[in-house]
Amino acid sequence: MTEAPPKIAIRGLHKRFGEKVVLDGVDLDIARGESLVVIGGSGSGKSVLIKTIIGLLQPDSGSIRIDGEETAGLRGRERDRVVRKFGMLFQGGALFDSLRVWENVAFGLIQGQRMPRAKAREIALEKLAQVGLGPEVGDLSPAELSGGMQKRVGLARAIATDPEIIFFDEPTTGLDPIMADVINDLIVDCVRRLGATALSITHDMASARKIADHVAMLYQGKIIWHDRVELIDSTDNPYVDQFIHGRAEGPIKMQLRR
Amino acid sequence: MNPLATIGRIFLAFLATTGRITIFTARSLSHCVTPPFFPRLIIRQMIEIGYYSLPVVGLTAVFTGMVLALQSYTGFSRFSAESAIPNVVVLSITRELGPVLAGLMVAGRIGAAIAAEIGTMRVTEQIDALTTLSTNPFKYLIAPRLIAGLTTLPLLVLVADIIGVFGGYLVSIYKLGFNPATYLKNTIDFVDFIDVVSGLVKAGVFGFLIALMGCYHGFHSRGGAQGVGAATTNAVVSASILILSFNYIITELFFSA
Repeated sequence: MTEAPPKIAIRGLHKRFGEKVVLDGVDLDIARGESLVVIGGSGSGKSVLIKTIIGLLQPDSGSIRIDGEETAGLRGRERDRVVRKFGMLFQGGALFDSLRVWENVAFGLIQGQRMPRAKAREIALEKLAQVGLGPEVGDLSPAELSGGMQKRVGLARAIATDPEIIFFDEPTTGLDPIMADVINDLIVDCVRRLGATALSITHDMASARKIADHVAMLYQGKIIWHDRVELIDSTDNPYVDQFIHGRAEGPIKMQLRR
Repeated sequence: MNPLATIGRIFLAFLATTGRITIFTARSLSHCVTPPFFPRLIIRQMIEIGYYSLPVVGLTAVFTGMVLALQSYTGFSRFSAESAIPNVVVLSITRELGPVLAGLMVAGRIGAAIAAEIGTMRVTEQIDALTTLSTNPFKYLIAPRLIAGLTTLPLLVLVADIIGVFGGYLVSIYKLGFNPATYLKNTIDFVDFIDVVSGLVKAGVFGFLIALMGCYHGFHSRGGAQGVGAATTNAVVSASILILSFNYIITELFFSA
């Protein structure tokens, strides 16, 4: 039996900023339709990893294959074509504050796909309903929304173009535990509905357990553990064990001083 | 500390920044002339840069024209050369003061606003979000501002020229006792087409520089509110210095031959 090729395959990914090495040879496979959560401490390079995969940052070396196609180093039109496969929920929502909520959600449809505004608005309101927001929210400006609502709008915007791959950057950071769980449920629901491949980064273990099929841990620029989420509690990896139990003592030393 | 090493470091940093700005400019320009265009955004920026700057630029121009007439009178009346006042006013305004003062006022108003807006979009990841939504931030954010700056400032300066000359006229007629008809005739006789054109060319260059500095510093701002604040300051200061130095260069090109 031959295995299906992974949706995203990363080999030997390196990225450094000046002297500081952030990604030091990351290898990672994400299967089609799988939800992978990358965990790791603050400053471990999780954000750099997803920004490099989606093309917001250029890797120094290494390979990123999406559907078997090498995307590292793509530019212009080729890059645009690849970016269309992605949706992304940003940590702070990153809603455009000069536009109304529905225009935010419809942005990818109107600007990216040149869809007429009326039709895009219809889809935007549909997506807003999917994340539990009524049509009256559509005409508000993002500044009028609470943090949880902004996250929902961000989620609606990420799924508006029905992407094949969705990235979630710290989806629950800054939310209360109940709202965090609501967002987790929405993520699971949206990903399942689209049949999308999902990659999330978080340091919130409750969130990771809820949305992950697989979990990978990033430490010092490398993936040090990658397995099914059910196995995370029985691992003998001391780093993972320390991280998921949130202990200050252990093999991971917080760099308190530079 | 070795003083030579410090000088060397500053010089290298200067060269690196010049290179970065050059690459940024080239990239922005290439996006200005290739589709897709965003006419709605261009018009919105033109209104912001042109229409909403009219009051402040108009006030600057009228007072400048007035004080020009007053000061040249103090000097010229000693040599009974009062008849040269219309000449001085119209040439100073159209060639130099109109474009430079309007440029500096707009740099403070618009350069700062552009840097703050784009800088905030950068630190809140809105610029990254644009990219993930298949929209090039150079086309969506930067090109409309550059096009609007380049095209709107000459119109603004044309208005400022007229208001400035009118300021000089007011003082000359009502305070210094000139004959209105003679004053106007002298003004029109003295001003050449090239005087106005050189001022408008300057205005276009200044408008482009203001928008470019706002976009560049905003686009590269880092580190939260403080970074955006620094970007705003840098945008205004660098735009002002560039305006004054390009003003000399363009004057040299037009009138030194």
